Amino acid sequence: MDRHRKTVHLTVNGVEYEREVEVRKTLADFLRYDLGLRGTHLGCEHGVCGACTVMFNDSSARSCILYAVQADGADILTVEGLTSPEGPLHPIQEAFRKHHGLQCGFCTPGFLMPALELLVEKHGPTEKEIRNAISGNLCRCTGYAGIVEAIREADAMWERP
Amino acid sequence: MKPAPFEYFAPESVEEALDLLEQHGDTAKILAGGQSLGPLLNMRLASPEVLIDINRLEDIAYIRHDDGYLKIGALARQRTIERSLLIPKSWPLLYEAAPYIGHPTLRNRGTICGSLAHADPAAELPAIATALDAELHILGPEGERSARPEEFFESYMTTSLKPEELLAEVRFPPPRPRTGVAWLEVARRHGDFALVGVAAVLTLREDGTCEAARLVYTGVAPVPYDAREAAELLAGEQPDGESFDAAAEKAAELSEPGSDVHASAAYRRHLIRVLSRRALGKALERARGEGDGSP
Repeated sequence: MDRHRKTVHLTVNGVEYEREVEVRKTLADFLRYDLGLRGTHLGCEHGVCGACTVMFNDSSARSCILYAVQADGADILTVEGLTSPEGPLHPIQEAFRKHHGLQCGFCTPGFLMPALELLVEKHGPTEKEIRNAISGNLCRCTGYAGIVEAIREADAMWERP
Repeated sequence: MKPAPFEYFAPESVEEALDLLEQHGDTAKILAGGQSLGPLLNMRLASPEVLIDINRLEDIAYIRHDDGYLKIGALARQRTIERSLLIPKSWPLLYEAAPYIGHPTLRNRGTICGSLAHADPAAELPAIATALDAELHILGPEGERSARPEEFFESYMTTSLKPEELLAEVRFPPPRPRTGVAWLEVARRHGDFALVGVAAVLTLREDGTCEAARLVYTGVAPVPYDAREAAELLAGEQPDGESFDAAAEKAAELSEPGSDVHASAAYRRHLIRVLSRRALGKALERARGEGDGSP
């Protein structure tokens, strides 16, 4: 095989995939273009804006500065995996909708991941903890107040597994 | 594709990683957390021919307490500092500074040793390693060697690591009694690189006078600025507003910060003065055991 290509096996949203990739392909581009999972958005493409955040083995990570080869053997969760396409929204998504935690929605898939990570780890986080959790994500529409409110409500409403 | 083409290796052992480094030396880069290297690759500010990804080396992802020392392996993530029970108690400076390193999502992947090896002049960990007299353990073709921070950090993003070497572990010495520490920094926004950050370490004698102090800054020089002359003014003195002012003044006077788009040299000097006084005050409270001792 070409020394700039490798085969990766990984699980995304519970589905196993095997693909050959160019090793310099970012995980974000792989998710979007090789797997067609375009819910993961790309903003800055150098690890600043947080739009591309996914869950990588249960920790939030920026998929624009990870390479798809690094995800060999990994378990990835993207916004598409939060709930089934036909099902109701995930409680965190529902809370974002209710509290206007989004306007244009571009940054939202990225925000959902650290919110999920925080709420899995912690019940009843303080406002400071919520703001800290999402501090690596930029939103240019909401001014963050709705997002913080949404995460607070999701904390109360979501019955964690 | 964002980065220039590279060849990728994911060694399964430290030996294999060292072999790859020896083979590819100059043209290779170690990929650990990738939170600094990733952006450099994507913007093509760096274009190594070979990436050696050490993320499979779980056996060097440890943080352990051994022989009084805190030993941190090459793959230990920055986030583990915040979750440790041991670090806040015995190495509170590390614990207090951790939340200033980028953002939680970055710390999930960013490594402690990676930040030291990257040697960004505005990063927290190089200044902390300097203030705590950490030892850097380096593996290479000639075996193991150890470096002190002042030998390790040479200039902007430049260390004494040779192309075929790996920073394998950082060791923090045991905490000293009657010692208080503080980390303070000012950044334009939380999580940004600091304009100025300061690590203060203050050790008292039994009679309450100052035995020794350290003041080490980030953001003001190509390497951590270790204001020894300023800190030495405190030895033997009463730790109070007056002696702290004198040390802060000296640290500012002897510093040579640069001006850039983020802040002028004069403003950085002002920050050195203000932050030094505050950090020493906080360190003093903790050295005296006031408050609960935790940051």
